[in-house]
Amino acid sequence: MIALDHVTKRYGNTAALDDVSLTLGDVGVTALLGPNGAGKSTLFSVVGRLVQADAGTVTIDGRDVAETPSSDLARTLAVLRQDNHIAARLTVHDLVEFGRFPHSKGRLTVEDRDHIERALDYLDLEPLRDRFLDELSGGQRQRAFVAMILAQDTRYVLLDEPLNNLDLRHMTEIMRLIRQLADEWGKTVIVVLHDINFAARYADRIVALRDGRVVADADVSGFMRPDVLADIYDSPVEVHQIDGKPVALYYE
Amino acid sequence: MTDTALTRTDAPTRTRPRRAWVGALIGVALVVLAVASLFIGVSDVTPASLIAGDADAAFLLVASRVPRTVAVILAGASLAIAGLIMQMMVRNKFVEPSTTGVTEFATLGMLVTIVLWPGMAVVGKMGVATAFGLVGTWVFLRVIRAVPVRQLVLVPLVGVMLGGIVGAVTTFFAYRLDLLQSLGQWSQGSFATVMQGRYEFVWFAAAMVVVAWIAADRFSVIGLGEEFATNLGLNYRRVMAIGTCVIAVITASVLVTAGMIPFLGLVVPNIVSLMVGDNVRRSIPWVAGLGAVFVLACDIIARTVRFPYEIPLSVIVGVIGAGLFLWLLLRKGSRAH
Amino acid sequence: MLIDVVEAPAPPRRRLTWSSPAVRIGMLGAVVVALAATYLFTDIPGSFTFALRVRSLTIAAMAVVAVAVGVSTVVFHTITGNRILTPSIMGFDAFYMLISTVIVFVAGGVTFLRTDPLTLWVVQVLVMVAFSTLLFTWLFGGKRRSLHLMLLVGIVLGTFFRSLTEWMQRMLDPLDFQILTDTAFASLTRPDPTLLAATAVIVAGGCAAIVPLVRTLDVLSLGESAAVGLGVNHRRVVMALFIIVSVMVAASTALVGPILFFGLIVANLAYSYAGTFRHRWALPAAALLGAVFLLAGQLILEQVFSFGASLSIVIEFAGGLFFLVLVLRKGAR
Repeated sequence: MIALDHVTKRYGNTAALDDVSLTLGDVGVTALLGPNGAGKSTLFSVVGRLVQADAGTVTIDGRDVAETPSSDLARTLAVLRQDNHIAARLTVHDLVEFGRFPHSKGRLTVEDRDHIERALDYLDLEPLRDRFLDELSGGQRQRAFVAMILAQDTRYVLLDEPLNNLDLRHMTEIMRLIRQLADEWGKTVIVVLHDINFAARYADRIVALRDGRVVADADVSGFMRPDVLADIYDSPVEVHQIDGKPVALYYE
Repeated sequence: MTDTALTRTDAPTRTRPRRAWVGALIGVALVVLAVASLFIGVSDVTPASLIAGDADAAFLLVASRVPRTVAVILAGASLAIAGLIMQMMVRNKFVEPSTTGVTEFATLGMLVTIVLWPGMAVVGKMGVATAFGLVGTWVFLRVIRAVPVRQLVLVPLVGVMLGGIVGAVTTFFAYRLDLLQSLGQWSQGSFATVMQGRYEFVWFAAAMVVVAWIAADRFSVIGLGEEFATNLGLNYRRVMAIGTCVIAVITASVLVTAGMIPFLGLVVPNIVSLMVGDNVRRSIPWVAGLGAVFVLACDIIARTVRFPYEIPLSVIVGVIGAGLFLWLLLRKGSRAH
Repeated sequence: MLIDVVEAPAPPRRRLTWSSPAVRIGMLGAVVVALAATYLFTDIPGSFTFALRVRSLTIAAMAVVAVAVGVSTVVFHTITGNRILTPSIMGFDAFYMLISTVIVFVAGGVTFLRTDPLTLWVVQVLVMVAFSTLLFTWLFGGKRRSLHLMLLVGIVLGTFFRSLTEWMQRMLDPLDFQILTDTAFASLTRPDPTLLAATAVIVAGGCAAIVPLVRTLDVLSLGESAAVGLGVNHRRVVMALFIIVSVMVAASTALVGPILFFGLIVANLAYSYAGTFRHRWALPAAALLGAVFLLAGQLILEQVFSFGASLSIVIEFAGGLFFLVLVLRKGAR
């Protein structure tokens, strides 16, 4: 379990997280929604120990993030940020290898190599393994980063807007992959998304943030209601049932 | 200028009275500093001695102090204007002759005259330096075409590097020809050797200020971009050519008279832009006035801080100018980020 | 596929061929040895032992500087996440000069002369490390700024420090000024043996501190958030590396004075020569390439053009061009 207990984080006068108490990681895929500046990325940063909270505690499986050695946490929790610019020229294989750093500190064992191969194989990256990251398309690069996270072999996986800059086909591909991470690999995935309908289609639970507070936290059917959505986004949202699945229309 | 880094549109009701105050302050500072500049020096020249009819004091005033003060004021005003014009032409807030290699090219020109025609009159030296300055401006404008306009910080960066390369060539030849010391002596900005008969070239710079003033509106339009200017019926190439000449002549004449004065043309227009915006017609007197005040103040510091010796002016301008430049780059709200 | 990789320490494509990093580094090492021998034994005028002693001192100085600059630049590139900024370009060298001047300014030349040069040098390096760590954690810590902005800031900082240095030097007594120029800065071809030894110790210490961090450095090149995600204590490691870098730069500047673009050329050539981002190879490649440059440059200048000490000017010129191309190419993207 990832538990936030009265966590507050301020930047200047604005609270990016305002006394948030929340437990994540009970179900396979949890989607984190909310308008820009709602505090989603800050929440990830605090959980991923990139940023120290001003108040409150974050625990992962009962261990306080602030006090647990970073390298221990890296074997429990993997975070993929949205900004993945890398100055060094790495191949796909190099990148995936780094996923094993928390386990072997760079001296790869046979077991490490096994993890790497499985991750590459699972994401169909074998043909691309010696290609440099800057030679790949956006979707391929995103897959390479997911492979690294897989190789890291952690219980929890945090993905910050993994659909950014992807076209429709690759968006669906990555979302399907996230579903598989939960269903086939038994991981607990928490993913920041912008698109309500992607969240409704692929997540088990949806948490909405706004102005640094949790404003909605429900399963898909409880979340996809016009009154709930209108409240979060401050504009009317219709919900229709198409083939028995709820779809939000926010284009009007 | 639409895409300037530093402009913030303040409410006009608030800025106007403040502007008037600052304008008055600049005027008063200019007068006070100019008078102070007349009476600071190793030999005693005081208002009292002048009234008493001290012939030596009067001679010193006319032969040394007045020329120096005039030269400082003209150099400060014209260099600041050169920076302003260049910023309009390149559409970038962080350029001026010393961040674009123009100064270094002009210095190379000076070295060439010293090596090839040592006996050449100062006018000739200035002519060659101007020609090199023209080449330098042209080279910079060519190279900069490879850089997208939006890359705000990259433009001056490329300019500084260009200057570094040309500077290395100059240093190399100066080193080979045992001219390193004299190169250092005259390229280092200082008004210590200015006196009657040796400062008159700054009047060329002053003439260019007049040209810039007359063409002010055109430079404002140029600052909006080539398409915009052509759309308004302006001959873009001709205005660019005029601007190039103005910059080269100002750079060369100040270089011949006083040496390099770094960052002045960058810092002054940026500060003015924060106060009154980017309309060249409106900002030109401010830029000229503030440039003059700035250099006068630095020159007085240079003369007094280690009295009776003088410190090179360029050192003081370098410290203050670089400090202000850093502030402009790193301050909150700057779009340079 | 799986079996193949389980045995191999690296993908087989890179193994055993001339293009493997190990072979390349070995070749580079051989070139350095050959150049050093040539430099030692060519054209010896007069006393053989005397010339040999002077020249081996020069070679030692070159080696120390090459290692210090090469290693510190590569590490700096990794921790700042780019390949254009170098300690010198960010004004480290200029900053060191400023500190030496301030010390003479505050303490006075006579105190300066009376103090044991080694103690003095230690004080200078310590002050440099303290201030530069503060300055550069301020610049690079906190929010990420654009590369070009940082570059420009670095260059202006350099000008700022140099102007301030000159200002203070002008404020000095002529006597103090003489003392400062005599003792504070030496040259590549006439190194002071005591300082050389001290610098060598410092640089060796710096390298020894970096060796265990080589794999962590690889992870750092993924950027801060990825490195933290992989369990690196980013703040602490980067701070430690910053300190090591500034010690090495201070030491080499104290020995031979500033060479602005040297690190830039050497590090960037090292990346493409080693053909891998891995620090295990990139670091030695940078150090060896640095040595090749200094030795070959000095040889060519002395033997072919019979110039003396203008190597740094040539490096400045070539480095400036190289830098411009690099920046324009990156900027076009």
